[in-house]
Amino acid sequence: MSMETTTNRADGDVLLRVENLVKHFPVKSGKLVPGERDYVHAVEDVSLEVRRGETLGLVGETGCGKSTLARCVARLYPVTGGKITFDGQDITNLSPRRMRPLRREIQMIFQDPYGSLNPRRRVGSIIGDPFSIHRTARGEDRKKQVQHLMELVGLNPEHYNRFPAEFSGGQRQRIGVARALAFRPKLIICDEPVSALDVSIQAQILNLLSDLQRDLGLTYVFIAHDLSVVRHVSNRVAVMYLGKIVEESPVDGMWAHPRHPYTDALLSAVPLPDPDHAQQRERIILAGDVPSPIHPPTGCRFHPRCPKARPTCVSTEPELTPRLGDESDHVAACHFPVEDGEDISLSKPSIAEDQRVIESGLIAGA
Amino acid sequence: MTYDIQAVGESELPVEPSAVRAAEAQKAIEGKSPWVLAWRRLRRDRAAMICLGVIIFIVACAIGAPVFAAITGHGNMEQFDTIGRTPTGLPVGPNSTFWLGTDSLGRDLLVRIAYGARISLFVGVVATAVTVAGGTVIGLAAGYFGGVIDSVLARFMDWLLAVPFLLFAISLFSVAVVHPIFGFIGPGLPIVIIVLGFFGWATVGRIVRGQVLSIKEKEYIEAARALGAGPWRIMFIDILPNLLAPLIVYSTLLIPATIVGEATLSFLGVGVQPPTADWGQMISDASTMFLYGPWWYLVFPSAALLITTLAFNIFGDGVRDAFDPRGDLYV
Repeated sequence: MSMETTTNRADGDVLLRVENLVKHFPVKSGKLVPGERDYVHAVEDVSLEVRRGETLGLVGETGCGKSTLARCVARLYPVTGGKITFDGQDITNLSPRRMRPLRREIQMIFQDPYGSLNPRRRVGSIIGDPFSIHRTARGEDRKKQVQHLMELVGLNPEHYNRFPAEFSGGQRQRIGVARALAFRPKLIICDEPVSALDVSIQAQILNLLSDLQRDLGLTYVFIAHDLSVVRHVSNRVAVMYLGKIVEESPVDGMWAHPRHPYTDALLSAVPLPDPDHAQQRERIILAGDVPSPIHPPTGCRFHPRCPKARPTCVSTEPELTPRLGDESDHVAACHFPVEDGEDISLSKPSIAEDQRVIESGLIAGA
Repeated sequence: MTYDIQAVGESELPVEPSAVRAAEAQKAIEGKSPWVLAWRRLRRDRAAMICLGVIIFIVACAIGAPVFAAITGHGNMEQFDTIGRTPTGLPVGPNSTFWLGTDSLGRDLLVRIAYGARISLFVGVVATAVTVAGGTVIGLAAGYFGGVIDSVLARFMDWLLAVPFLLFAISLFSVAVVHPIFGFIGPGLPIVIIVLGFFGWATVGRIVRGQVLSIKEKEYIEAARALGAGPWRIMFIDILPNLLAPLIVYSTLLIPATIVGEATLSFLGVGVQPPTADWGQMISDASTMFLYGPWWYLVFPSAALLITTLAFNIFGDGVRDAFDPRGDLYV
């Protein structure tokens, strides 16, 4: 006990710490006798911290590994390497039995409000699941708690006996939120909780989440690919590309001085409400597609698409450190970070097309 | 805890805590379960409802078989050597004493058919239940656990589906009669049910496995795991309810097949043994003397078998349409 307290104090207010997390998925070979296996490098050497009461935004393209990272943290996937510390306790390799009590403290809200609720079960029993799994409440007591939760997320508690199909997308997402809230968890991982909803409903769910955070002191890891949503809810943002974090910073710093060309390109794609302003702005169009995560590029993983790429980018992997005199909490992994006011759509890569390593061992154009 | 709901900014769903509204809404609150909806669709299917009536009639006949015996005054096993057989020893045709005629031993065919319905329905229901239960559990395990368990079980199912059922059943029957260890089972109902169940579950197992493979990738399974649910809870509380519709449909269609299977085994002499009344046996016996004239002995048991299986099949089709209006079930 005393040891735990010490680590807690040493960590300060850090609730979740991820260190050098690696997650590889074996690729099905399709051969009868499996030879050497290929792996999808979904998450590669990711480290991050989430402090109590804050919201960490996690952004990136589809397939960049953000959902995998979230599922590793929630211990839905076994981890290939690295360490996950939650509330001072190493949870990386806890057995399912020892993980059970911690399930109450780490919860998830899922992307698809249609897929995340069992269509054959009544809403009351879906939201009551946490109570029956952990055997904390039964019968009338469970019903009362469930109805209280429904009220908390703005659902009519009388709809206890309905099926998910009888609710709209926004209401279904509220059901998902209620289920996650059952034990007042310390950490909630929101895996694109609003990307499947209409814009008007998105705002309602986002407001609900921030009200709950204020009232219940929740901590969120908020995954999204919509940057304006992330900006609205997050305190800090981490940008992922191909399994790695390329830039991490408090929200305002990120928007004011994006350092990584990828972040810059993402931000330039955010729609602006003012059409005049939008017309003046230069949109950065990235060339090519995201390379295969089975054989990721050498050096900086972004170099095959980067307008600023130079030979160093192919040979050396950049470290995640503060660049260009930024505060210590604004880190970027780029050898040639974007300077304030620089327009990277004007720069040309100084390495020839055929020198870009799009897959390790495979030269583009060869 | 007090919490201001209005602060949430809800516009989709006005929550009015007024008692009047609550009382009014009470009726609409209970969601219509998929079962209720399916039953409503089934009620509108006229063919299925007629067949359901036929099935209920057959079940009533089976249960009330002693009533037939009482009305006619002819026992199930009672042989009428003088009035039940012609002087040359052939069965007598339908008349006022024997409404459907008699069989080769001078027994009342009507009473025998009613008693035969008991065997057919009993085997049909019990063997189907065994088949579906076994197939469900094994299919769930194979689909959910995957890996080596899945490989072994799936290959075993493939093997079972490749075995020639009748040849195997006949030889198994011989073993059951004479084998020093398995001999205790003996010929009769249990071996029929065991054989039908053993050869039937693989099909159910395959259907279940396939469904589980797709269901287990759903986010609500991940949500259950995130809540700390163990594999058994996930299999039986989260996955199984999603399988019930296809299972019920498959079961109703499997019952007639099982009834025919039982009749086939008894026809071949490896099923239910005489003197127990059984449709398959009657058809077998009748076919040996059909050429000499007693058509009723062949026609009435065959008609009983035909009507029963037809009713179950059409009803099963109705059940499938009711559960699956879009037609995306595997069966």
